[in-house]
Amino acid sequence: MLKTQELQLNIGPQHPSTHGVFRLIATIDGETVIDLKPVFGYLHRNHEQIAEVSTYIQIMPFTDRLDYFNSMANNFGYALAVEKLAGIEVPQRANYIRVLMAELTRILNHAAAIGFMLNDMGAWQTPLAFGMREREKILDLFEMASGARMMCNYFRFGGIWRDLPPEFLPQLQGLMQGLPTFFDEFERLLKQNEILLGRSVDVGILPKEVAASYSVTGPMLRASGIAYDLRRADGYSVYPELDFDIPVGAVGDVYDRFLVRLAEMRESYRILQQVIERLPETTGGHINPAMASMNKQKSLRPPPGDAYGRVESPKGELGFYLVSDGSDTPYRYKVRAPSFINLTPLGDMCRGHTVADVVVILGSIDIVMGEVDR
Amino acid sequence: MTPLDVDQLELEKQGILLSTVNRFYNWGRRSSIWPMAFGLACCAIEMMATGLSRYDLARFGAEMFRASPRQADLMIVAGTVTKKMAPQVVRLYNQMPEPRYVISMGNCATSGGPFRDGYNVLRGIDLLVPVDVYIPGCPPRPEALLHALMTLQAQIDAQKLGRMRWYGKAEAHDYAVPTFGAQGLEIDGQLIDPVGGLPLLSPLKGPNQGAARTGLIEHPQELRRFPIMDESVMLESPTQAAGIAPEIAANDLKRRNDAEVPRG
Repeated sequence: MLKTQELQLNIGPQHPSTHGVFRLIATIDGETVIDLKPVFGYLHRNHEQIAEVSTYIQIMPFTDRLDYFNSMANNFGYALAVEKLAGIEVPQRANYIRVLMAELTRILNHAAAIGFMLNDMGAWQTPLAFGMREREKILDLFEMASGARMMCNYFRFGGIWRDLPPEFLPQLQGLMQGLPTFFDEFERLLKQNEILLGRSVDVGILPKEVAASYSVTGPMLRASGIAYDLRRADGYSVYPELDFDIPVGAVGDVYDRFLVRLAEMRESYRILQQVIERLPETTGGHINPAMASMNKQKSLRPPPGDAYGRVESPKGELGFYLVSDGSDTPYRYKVRAPSFINLTPLGDMCRGHTVADVVVILGSIDIVMGEVDR
Repeated sequence: MTPLDVDQLELEKQGILLSTVNRFYNWGRRSSIWPMAFGLACCAIEMMATGLSRYDLARFGAEMFRASPRQADLMIVAGTVTKKMAPQVVRLYNQMPEPRYVISMGNCATSGGPFRDGYNVLRGIDLLVPVDVYIPGCPPRPEALLHALMTLQAQIDAQKLGRMRWYGKAEAHDYAVPTFGAQGLEIDGQLIDPVGGLPLLSPLKGPNQGAARTGLIEHPQELRRFPIMDESVMLESPTQAAGIAPEIAANDLKRRNDAEVPRG
């Protein structure tokens, strides 16, 4: 029998397919991966430490920079946590606008995530260009509402910063008209693509039980066949009033994750339709009048205690745990980052596959290093 | 210049182009700056957005994002440089062939940005490698990156072949790669970005409480020179600042006027 030698292969931190600064140390036998050791911390920016010396509202812009694709979803989670801690009510209209922004973010994130995954499969930039084209249209809307493209800082405790400008809804309607075409185009381009099928079917299978034991959430968990979605399970904000389905995969491979993301974009589109329909009839302003002034926001001193606020961010369960000691800064602040926890089963998924598959599996997890390392 | 231009026009009709070696070299380099595909954090997303269809970096000849530093001319430091990543950034810079340029994209790469107080954040990549163009913003818009690229092109236009070190016989100048010491990043045993731990009180809370910080926070003694605020760039338009560019601009204007004149 032929004797083979194991080899250690270093991937990253500067590597075009590590989605930022992420390092992998792979032990390979020939081209088969035997073991995989991730190395984190290349983008550790002291998020939690800085938050503990900032006032509650000062943390809001820092949450934007956690997962820099979906700043609105991060704001949402943090605002929910503080509102729970301080017992602040949110008016109905503000809630609907929040959901509107969160679902736009989901479409944006999944379009880009699929693009990046295809980038890793070797379809250099073409699917990404399709996804980023839609992203730009959505970013225009964000800019119109919040004044910033990426780092929106739009949410406030008890509502949102400003009501939507009058020209927002017409432009959103224009975007909504184009979205189904985009979904169809994206599907036609990719869904039956021979190379994509070859690279993704039965690659990186994550069985139900393993996924649950690693506490994986988001599209990855749903692709493994568990229909768990915080929008349903937790029913925060106005999601209980909205009608939408939760797409679930069957096998739990890379292809299923891709399909779940495609289907989730369509579900987000459905939610958006309902939100736009109901938005003119909503009651209440864009912010709770008791919290409307900036001074109220700045001098917020929640009563001592702790609270955990969580949302279904496009990547999974994004949670913020806050402990208050009654002062204007949190005593402890902890982020449950979905990409970090979804990354943990990477070694299990990659074992037995080739090196080229590692890159694809990593792409299918849809990580953002800003959130992994914080 | 005037008689030369007439001759040049005459020659161009015959299919002969005249140029100086300087202008020809600079034209070649400015028109095909290949950036390194090197994203650190949030700004990298805007960098990619700049490269894609809406902003289209290819209009400036800089769309070829190379994964290998050996093939790249330009390093866009897009995002927060942490102390763990800093040695790799310098090593990547050293691996690039000369002439090489650096754009510091965003507040984090320029000064540490919002994460400046962090114990793991390098307060500006210019502590380690020379920076040609700084872009403010968190993150900068893609238009800002395009402007930075145009500013860099203007800087390249102004370079004189004879005076540039890398056209001479000198060896490529490598910058020192920092190592991890007990207190932080060190070069030759000296701390480069000393931080005495995270301040217990945020500087945002007012100067009165600043004394309550733990540890000493020192700032670099040398003032930073921002090339974009250099008088040659600031007081003139970018084309003027480039030195050679106004001639091209004037020539273009002239050619446009001359085109009306019947030839022959």
